[in-house]
Amino acid sequence: MAAKTDLRRFTGFLPMTFVCLFLLYAPLIIVMVYSFNDSKSITNWGGLSLRWYEEVFWGVESAKFKAAALNSLSIAVVAAISATTIATMAATAMLRAGRFRGKSISFALINLPLMVPEIVTAVATLVFFSAIGFTTGYLTILLAHIVFCIPFAYLPIAARMQGIEDVYEQAAMDLYATRFETFRLILLPLMMPGIISGFLLAFIISLDDFIITNFVKGAGIETLPTAIFGSVKQGIKPNIMAISTLLLMVSVGFVTLSWLVGRMGQNKK
Amino acid sequence: MTDIAVDIIDLTKCYGDFVALKNVSLGIQDNEFFTLLGPSGCGKTTLLRTIAGFEDVSQGAIRLYGEDIAGLPPNKRPVNTVFQQYALFPHMNVTQNVMFGLLRLGQGDATARKRVTEVLELVQLTRFADRLPSQLSGGQQQRVALARALAPNPKVLLLDEPLSALDLKLRQAVRLELKQIQQDTGITFIFVTHDQEEALTMSDRIAVINDGQVQQVGTPREIYEAPQNKFVANFIGETNLIGVTVVDVSGGNATCTLPGGAQFTCPAAMGATAGPGHLSIRPERVAITAPETGVLQGVVARQVYLGTDMHIDITPTGGETITVRLQNSETTHIPGNGELVGLNFEAGSARLLVD
Repeated sequence: MAAKTDLRRFTGFLPMTFVCLFLLYAPLIIVMVYSFNDSKSITNWGGLSLRWYEEVFWGVESAKFKAAALNSLSIAVVAAISATTIATMAATAMLRAGRFRGKSISFALINLPLMVPEIVTAVATLVFFSAIGFTTGYLTILLAHIVFCIPFAYLPIAARMQGIEDVYEQAAMDLYATRFETFRLILLPLMMPGIISGFLLAFIISLDDFIITNFVKGAGIETLPTAIFGSVKQGIKPNIMAISTLLLMVSVGFVTLSWLVGRMGQNKK
Repeated sequence: MTDIAVDIIDLTKCYGDFVALKNVSLGIQDNEFFTLLGPSGCGKTTLLRTIAGFEDVSQGAIRLYGEDIAGLPPNKRPVNTVFQQYALFPHMNVTQNVMFGLLRLGQGDATARKRVTEVLELVQLTRFADRLPSQLSGGQQQRVALARALAPNPKVLLLDEPLSALDLKLRQAVRLELKQIQQDTGITFIFVTHDQEEALTMSDRIAVINDGQVQQVGTPREIYEAPQNKFVANFIGETNLIGVTVVDVSGGNATCTLPGGAQFTCPAAMGATAGPGHLSIRPERVAITAPETGVLQGVVARQVYLGTDMHIDITPTGGETITVRLQNSETTHIPGNGELVGLNFEAGSARLLVD
């Protein structure tokens, strides 16, 4: 029984919901549908075909996209692993080291990058790299990615850890476990759902980052997002839609996985 | 002095300005069921945690069979704890939980497994060895916690209100079982509770703690029948506190003037002095008599029906209300409201307290 205050009873809410959903998802759906278009045009439907996917994997630009995808993947994996490790250590220090000087400042410093406009971070990172005379390239992209992924990995890990009472660690210490054993055998397994969530989130954030990457990448190296942008500058071709669809699938897959892992951890508790 | 298991010497624990434990000294004997009893916030759990090693001490020493352990981390102390909320590792099954301590002590897998079987038999949980804690009832979890703490054969077992999360019926059953396990294993138990009944039924000795200080140490009988001060008399069971003027204290006895003027001589707690003071007398030890034969006279103010017993509240002349417990039987004469009655009690039933 819907109460009188039920949102569904308010006039205009339903159409508004549909407008929002349409604006959000119509472009994505159009891209996905037209990636299967047989025509060379991006507006006229010419029948169902996988030719643009073939073009992506075996076409003229395939070498460029493969290299870019490989860069993107390797950077995302290394950046996510590094960021997750650092975030796990940071969360452990923040939540298990008691009160220490500069704790609230540390907390702000970890999370501030989420609020700083990305373009500012991008410019600052580039300025920093040139100031210390670092040659831009694969390594600078990787370093930048590790850094900006940390807060994204930190949030789910810290949230998970906050829910773990320290009595488990006390019980472990009471049962003759050293500090390290307590961390490895008790805290780490209990935190694992948060850590996996954090890793997947960091991975996705790294995989589709464009702004910072574009600033620090230097010439001669591309990640998938910068390669796509480069291609689009010469006009939108349907193969871009195919790549975008593939990237979207990877993202959706990982986010779903991250959500499932988070839910699994909750059920277990 | 090898018969002292845990010797706590002049222990003080402060949190900033707050003094949680003040000059606590206790000698807990080998193979003893020793209870720390007190209201919440009195410092009993803090004391237990300093023995376990979760809290450092501000001042004083803790000796375990003669060895000072105050500076050791929890994992270097041969004592184990049963936590109030059990703290079973949720990602490990019963066997893994119980085996945890054994493996950390460097025991081999086979030896550890044998010991796990032993202790699970002791707590009657053999059937549940492969379950996760979340698949067990509260009572079963409590047994796992006990088994896990007993498995490494600690010199002293610390129990932090382990029964408080169980329902009443189960709690009463587990009390007797715990006591039995203590006797069978011969391990010294230090048990923390705020439940006086729990303390009285299980303990060899009890330390009553209030405001971070030990109020009295003794057997359940001593604590109940010969309380040292007002706090102990009030906290353990019910009592009447009668304000008196103490004329003289000598040889363990006190002579005092009761409200209404009668002189009365009864045992006195150590350290009681002349001047204003309080007598403690249990409600079941007061008899209602004819007005002229009582040491006190008063008017019946109220009757409370309790099933097996009756409580009669009597306001004596010039004193505070005294409760008398009468057995509820057909032959007992129950005085009516407003009736003038006398109150009498044996000298041995009353006790002058340290204020």
